[in-house]
Formats: sequence, C-alpha cells, structure tokens
Amino acid sequence: MGSMKEIFNSLLLKELLKGMAVTGKYFFARKITVQYPEEKTPQSFRFRGLHALRRYPNGEERCIACKLCEAICPAMAITIEAEPRDDGSRRTTRYDIDLTKCIFCGFCEEACPVDAVVETRVFEYHGEKRGDLYYTKQMLLANGDRYEEQIAKDRELDASYR
Amino acid sequence: MDALMNFGQGIFGGIWPAVWTLLKIVLIVAPLMLSIAYLTWAERKVIGYMQVRIGPNRVGPWGLIQPIADGLKLLMKEIVVPSGANKAIFIIAPMLAIAPALAAWAVVPFNDTLVLANIDASLLYIMAITSMGVYGIILSGWASNSKYAFLGAMRAAAQMVSYEISMGFALICVLMVSNSLNLVDIVHAQEQGRFASWGVSFLSWNWLPLLPMFLVYLISGVAETNRAPFDVCEGESEIVAGFHVEYSGMAFAVFFLAEYGNMILVSTLTSIMFLGGWLSPVGFLPDGILWLFAKVAAILFLFLWFRATFPRYRYDQLMRLGWKVFVPVCLIWLVVVGVWMMSPLNIWN
Repeated sequence: MGSMKEIFNSLLLKELLKGMAVTGKYFFARKITVQYPEEKTPQSFRFRGLHALRRYPNGEERCIACKLCEAICPAMAITIEAEPRDDGSRRTTRYDIDLTKCIFCGFCEEACPVDAVVETRVFEYHGEKRGDLYYTKQMLLANGDRYEEQIAKDRELDASYR
Repeated sequence: MDALMNFGQGIFGGIWPAVWTLLKIVLIVAPLMLSIAYLTWAERKVIGYMQVRIGPNRVGPWGLIQPIADGLKLLMKEIVVPSGANKAIFIIAPMLAIAPALAAWAVVPFNDTLVLANIDASLLYIMAITSMGVYGIILSGWASNSKYAFLGAMRAAAQMVSYEISMGFALICVLMVSNSLNLVDIVHAQEQGRFASWGVSFLSWNWLPLLPMFLVYLISGVAETNRAPFDVCEGESEIVAGFHVEYSGMAFAVFFLAEYGNMILVSTLTSIMFLGGWLSPVGFLPDGILWLFAKVAAILFLFLWFRATFPRYRYDQLMRLGWKVFVPVCLIWLVVVGVWMMSPLNIWN
C-alpha cells in the first residue's frame, strides 16, 4: 500500500511541486544583494587589509627592527635589513612587504612588540604591474601617516579584548 | 496587401516571390533572435531572483543592455579550433545545431493566417526538423576530439532518442483528437467543446483531456532542449561543458542561440498543441497573437523555474524516466484516448 502511495505521489509530481513552491516563494523574497561600489558591508575593526607602518606622535617611527614579523610571516613576504642609526638606536634600512606573497593572516601585527606594523581596513587598492604590489618602507610609512586616525581608533576598540 | 504585392512585383519582377519569402523569413527570424537575447537576460534575472539575488543590473537600466554586451563580447572573441579537431565538421556543427531550430519556425502559426507555410503535414515536419538538431551536438562532440565533448555528445544522442519517443506518443494523442497534422487545424480543434460553448474555453483546450500527455510533452520538451534538470550532455560538474567544451567566441554563441531558440520553439509548440495557441482563454475576450505570446512566455518562465529548482538528473535516472515511466504512461493514455474516442462519451466530434 505504501509503495502504491509512492507511485501515485511521484506521478502527481508532488515533491517536484513542493520544490517549485520553495523557489517560487523566494522569487518574491526581499533581495539581499549588496551593490558593492555604492553600498558596502560593515567592517570589523579587526579587518586585515593593506599594511602600514606607524609612527609615534612625535614623528619617530615605531619599528625597532626586531624582525619578529619577518620570522613569523608564514608566506615569507617580509624582508628587513637593519643597522644602527647615527644616534645609536637600531632602525630598519629596508622594510619591504611583497603583497603578492602576503596571505593577510595578521601574524606580523600580532608579533610586533611596539605595534609598528599593522593591517588597515583598506582593501580597495590595486597594482597594474607586478612590481606595484611590492610595498617598500616609504610606501608603508606613507600608509601609516595617511590612515593613522583610523588605525589608532581601531587599536583602541580592540584593546579591551586583549 | 495587394498594393504591396503589386509594388514588389513591379520592382523585382520575376524574383519577387523569392524576395517576398526572404522578407517573411527575416520578419520571423529577427524578432526570434531578439527574443533569444532577452530570454538569456530573463533567465539570469529569474534565477537571480529565486536565489535572492537581483541578477544583471549594471549594463543599462535593470541590465537590459546586458544581452547585447554579451553578444558583442562573443563576436569579438577568437574562435579557437583545437589542433586535433576535424576542422570542417568543427565549424559546420554549430550551424547544424541552429539551422533546425530556425527552420522549424516555417510552419509555426501565429494566428489563422500569420504562418509562413501552412502545410498539411506541419506536425510531421516539426517532428522531423527538431530531431535534426541533435546532429549538430553529436558532430560537435565528435569533431572536437576531446573526451568530454565526446561523452557529452554520446549522452545527448541517447537522451534525444529516448525522449523523442515519448514526445512522439504525446503528439500522436494530439493528432488523434484533432484529426489533423496541420497546426492551424490543431488549434481550431481546441476551440470547440462543451466548455467553450459555456465561455470558459481554456477548459476545452487539449491540456485538460490529455493532461498526462501535456505533462509528458512538457517534460520531454525540457529534456529535448537539454535544459536543466536534463542537461546531462553539458553537465558542468562531471564533463566540464559537454559537447561545447572546445568552442569559443561566436561558434559557442551559436550553440547558445540554438539552445534558447529550441526552448522558445518547444514552448510555442506546447502552447499551440495543448494550450490553444492564439485562442483566448475566456469567451468574452478576442483571440489574438498576444495570447500566444503570453502562453509562450508563461512556459518559458516554467523552463527557467525548473532550472532554478531542480538538481540535474543522474544519467541512469534520466534513462529510467524516459523509458520506464514516460513510454508506459504514453502507451496507456494512447489506449485510453482511443477507447474514449470510440465510446459514447467522445468529446471530440
């Protein structure tokens, strides 16, 4: 008897109609598409985007060339060279991040003892040649200067969770 | 009309009939191509809506220029011919696919008089021409010299053979009750009956007394046009793109046109044979070509709805459905209709 019922149901296309009812209902559902350039999804303050090197308020760069970020970087995207500056402090002479290698894991940021290298919320950048995405110290410091306000605010927001 | 005929006769003289026929062909094919283009747009919109997306909306208002942009893109692209391919057949195959999809329109009636060739065996002609479409697919698969293309072609061939049979049986029932192979007569046979005289003529169309055949024809039509859920011959997940893996640019676009052209053709035929063609569904509204378009659009929407809803059939399930379900159902209903027509309850005389 059960199998007769099954045959009857399949001949009446019962389950197919059920499926079509579902898609038919969604045809009229409110659309949830975010139309990207005009609309944007909310971002977390922990968003990991373009890198930046920060400075202290007095203009001194934070990075002390401890090379912890270089050591922890799983993609080996960071290259650092350092020597003592004229005033005796240890500073980097070269700090490069190859963004084509970077996997945006945020380990460099975590490893940094002085909060020098950070990842900003910026994700809308591009390169037109391969070399364009090889960020040098100057470019990273410029990023830091440009986005410092946002970076500082995000660090503050995150502070209570650390 | 006579003035136009005389005018043409005056300008073209003896070749006027040929020019006139060509003109009529253009009048059918040009709007058809436009419908195909906008069917692709409608498909993306409808499927998008059913997936809670909004579909194309960047090129023109509501994405209305999108199909033109797509067409231009495909026109600009290079047609790559694989080095191992049989070049001549590789190029001919898409044409073989689209030619039947367009040729079948020669006998499709849009209303009483609006038909390119009102021939008596038009149903037979349709059956013959639409079966030819699969040759384009088989040849493209074979000429590509690629295993995926070949697998797709094999599947297409087997699928076509299986579903052509149930489709044929469904049409036999239609021609039994309408007593004609002429599509215009088939439509006219649907405008009489008890319900029609009561003013609810949509109940005397063939779909109701032949309901199982209507469903069989509709589903076989989906299978014949290789649409989801019967698109095993191009099943992306298992054989990449099936018969047209190796095609690019306009050659690929022609296959696409053929597929969508076939969709529109099958929808039109379903409307003509089961849904009363250009007849109005209720007595107080006039008949007209707009009714045909509305019915075709509704069935096309169903095609898109199916694609948004159902997962692809497994190959053996497809064969099972064709041979072990549709063929028996058709044979039974054929006998039922035959007995019905011989009994005093006959509604078709």
